Amino acid sequence: MKDEYECVVIGAGPAGLAAALRCEELGLDVLMIESKERLGGIPLQCTHPGFGNFYYDENLTGTEFAERLLEKDEIEYVTEAHVSSIEYVSDLKKKVKVITPDGLFSLDTKTIIYSTGARERHRFETRIQGDRLSGVYTAGEAQTLMDVYGVMPGKRVVVVGSGDIGLIMARRFALENAEVVGVIEMQPFPGGLTRNVVQCLHDFDIPLYTQKIVKEIRGQKRVEEIVTADVDEELEVIPGSEEIIECDTVALATGLIPYTKILDEMEAEVIMDPVTRGPRVDENLETNLPGIFAAGNVLTINDYVDFAAYQGEKAAESARKFVEYDGMPSKDWIEVKRGKNVRSVVPQYISGDCEVTLNVRVKKPEPEVDVIIRETDERIKTTSVNPGEMLRLDISEEKLEDLENKITLEVRR
Amino acid sequence: MTEKIICIMCPLGCTVKAEVEDGEIVSIEGYGCEDGKEYAEQEITSPKRTVMSVVECKDGDFPTVSVKTSEPVEKEEIDDVMRALSEIEIQAPVKTGEVILKNVCNSGIDVVATRSVEKVQD
Repeated sequence: MKDEYECVVIGAGPAGLAAALRCEELGLDVLMIESKERLGGIPLQCTHPGFGNFYYDENLTGTEFAERLLEKDEIEYVTEAHVSSIEYVSDLKKKVKVITPDGLFSLDTKTIIYSTGARERHRFETRIQGDRLSGVYTAGEAQTLMDVYGVMPGKRVVVVGSGDIGLIMARRFALENAEVVGVIEMQPFPGGLTRNVVQCLHDFDIPLYTQKIVKEIRGQKRVEEIVTADVDEELEVIPGSEEIIECDTVALATGLIPYTKILDEMEAEVIMDPVTRGPRVDENLETNLPGIFAAGNVLTINDYVDFAAYQGEKAAESARKFVEYDGMPSKDWIEVKRGKNVRSVVPQYISGDCEVTLNVRVKKPEPEVDVIIRETDERIKTTSVNPGEMLRLDISEEKLEDLENKITLEVRR
Repeated sequence: MTEKIICIMCPLGCTVKAEVEDGEIVSIEGYGCEDGKEYAEQEITSPKRTVMSVVECKDGDFPTVSVKTSEPVEKEEIDDVMRALSEIEIQAPVKTGEVILKNVCNSGIDVVATRSVEKVQD
């Protein structure tokens, strides 16, 4: 490790790896920092396919995807290394403190690509009550046990949350001969892709209980049963609807939250988006602090690994520009406003003078609708929308003409 | 007999209905496109899935090697494939793509590694 770099990439999952590889291709002096023993991130523990359909035009498993990204490994990196702090010294100098098995290091860098991914929402962030029994896992913990260590977490399993992770873990348990008693979802519709509802639940006759929550987990030392309750549209518990389900394992797939810890602890404030819970960025994926870029799940929770990798590449290209010009060319940013049925948009700011890729998530499912720019009535064709499927919209420069410093996205017919 | 298939080719999720007699499709409706029709026909006559799991791996830098069937197998063979995989243990090193189990359950399809495992020297 040197004490000065042009770019430091924090986190070597798909976004960070794609970023570091692109930095290398573009001739930047780059260092990648990873906290685990290995590079690759979450896909290392994903034995299921569905990775790389866009990025490699091939349907790979997570493990294959991680390995494919690592084939070109001339990047300088350090593993088992924790970034303890980032100090924003000036526009052109950030100080990164890193704890490694070899000691404490301090590095200066012009740019940072922050690609630390997401963490799982844990039990104490849900409304579930009860004691701290064994047998309660997050989906990722259960996956690590099964698919890295080859250990079965339990025999009779309840999965909480029907996003893709919950659905895929339900199938994973069923494949390994555990009895999956059911998947519990508080919304009136499943959170994941239809493909996963069919191939993970229907294939294995696993019931999906919508508009239901887990109220309490009970047992002596190990989980013995859970208490469920029905909820209304406002997600309020309907009194008297409680039911008991016997099980020995609860797998929580209740959502991912961008892992922004080091940014949150900085003295200079990185402005976050209260909806995505990741940093607010412009079309270069630059945060409000010049030279600090974000990519992957720390920016916005992606459904496809490919999109995280694309964001990594985009951030690398921006970092390259930053290093070349000692800062990004200044522009008048237009904030993208959220209209009808739009829950989140990333990037949050665009210039309107170049093509841009917008990552849009909707609030509720709607058939036969398009995304429309309210100010200009420009229409971006979609088929149907679903909160479980992020829309990745490539919007051409022509569609952004005549904006007059205002843009609002709406989802409607 | 009427079979109902939820199409997974795109997010629309059309419900395709087909009349089936003696395993043959007599009529089919509700699909939104040709891909959907093809998918539903396949699902009714011979549904197939890629199976994935992990297999114990000795002396490796990972305790398991992740595997998948090199091609989708018949849906009803999933259980047999999983059972066959639970009975084997392999020796590191393993390379991604390496055949772990040839012609699994006489399906004509191999099980291949999806993770490389290095041998650990002690």
